[in-house]
Amino acid sequence: MSEKILLVDDEEEFVKALGERMRNRGMNVSETTSPSEAIKKVESESFDAVILDLQMPEMDGLEALAALKKKQPELQIILLTGHATVEKGIEAMKLGAMDLVEKPADLKTLTEKIKKAQAKKMILVEKKTEERIKSIIGGKGW
Amino acid sequence: MDIIAETSLRFFGKMSASISHEIKNALAVMNENAGLLEDFTFMAEKGMPMDPERVKVLAEKIMQQIQRADGIIKNMNRFAHSADEAVKSVDVGDMSDFVARLYGRIASGKGVTIKTKPPAIRITITTAPFLLENLMGLCIDFALNSVGSGKTLDIITEEAENGACIRFSPLGNLSAGVTDIFPSEREKSLMNELKARIIIDAGALTLNLPKKQ
Repeated sequence: MSEKILLVDDEEEFVKALGERMRNRGMNVSETTSPSEAIKKVESESFDAVILDLQMPEMDGLEALAALKKKQPELQIILLTGHATVEKGIEAMKLGAMDLVEKPADLKTLTEKIKKAQAKKMILVEKKTEERIKSIIGGKGW
Repeated sequence: MDIIAETSLRFFGKMSASISHEIKNALAVMNENAGLLEDFTFMAEKGMPMDPERVKVLAEKIMQQIQRADGIIKNMNRFAHSADEAVKSVDVGDMSDFVARLYGRIASGKGVTIKTKPPAIRITITTAPFLLENLMGLCIDFALNSVGSGKTLDIITEEAENGACIRFSPLGNLSAGVTDIFPSEREKSLMNELKARIIIDAGALTLNLPKKQ
């Protein structure tokens, strides 16, 4: 199954080129340069992973990360950054980021992380469905 | 460590971090466009036709990013050399423009655009260039936090009676007592060294610089 990815970075040239390379590898990619548009997209569409820039003028990456996780808790978020600091990394993980990748990103490494993100999301969704079924069965007294 | 040494080191670190982030962004765009060229060659090897126009556009995009990175590195080099001489003759309009360029990425991160207006005539003063860049940077930091996202910060350099003045405006709605916290000890120590004055009124911050330090 092809991975459904949302790419968010304020560098338009960057998202366009990375998006095309990911599509060349069979992924289903949506791109945006606006974090608020990304939040809107996540409200109406389901993605396996979001590749999110940590520093954007409109909204800080960590702020966007928290908002995205609030909309879709199972969503896997991989942060992109020019320079990763330990403090930012810890803060990102605390807010629920799956991983942090330094720019320029190696597409092979990024693809591996996306596959892990897809698998992780699938497990979380299955677990949630199982819990829902259990609560329905429990509620009916079966 | 005295307050000027500490302030200078902080400023040098802040600028270096900002510049290296900008270079990384340019490298990231080059990396993806070069990767696309690589994809096209793989596809061509598998028999898919290669569109020469797309290859040309990608090559142009890579060249544009090289120019962008070159501009950033030139600024970085100029900034590093500004500490070479303790005191020298400085073109104030040119320095305002340069510091504004150094702050471009930081301003963009706050959603602010910086616009500079040079003086009608060339104004030179004798001053400590690195310390002046530092003080101007601290004024820009203050103005960026005051102006608010989505706005333009104007930096206007003009001739003054005994030197030059640089005006940063608009400042947005300043809370009461702001002048109790700005200029702080950091700015005051630089002002003292440069014999400069900072005035905050009518929505603007004015930095007055003497002809000779």
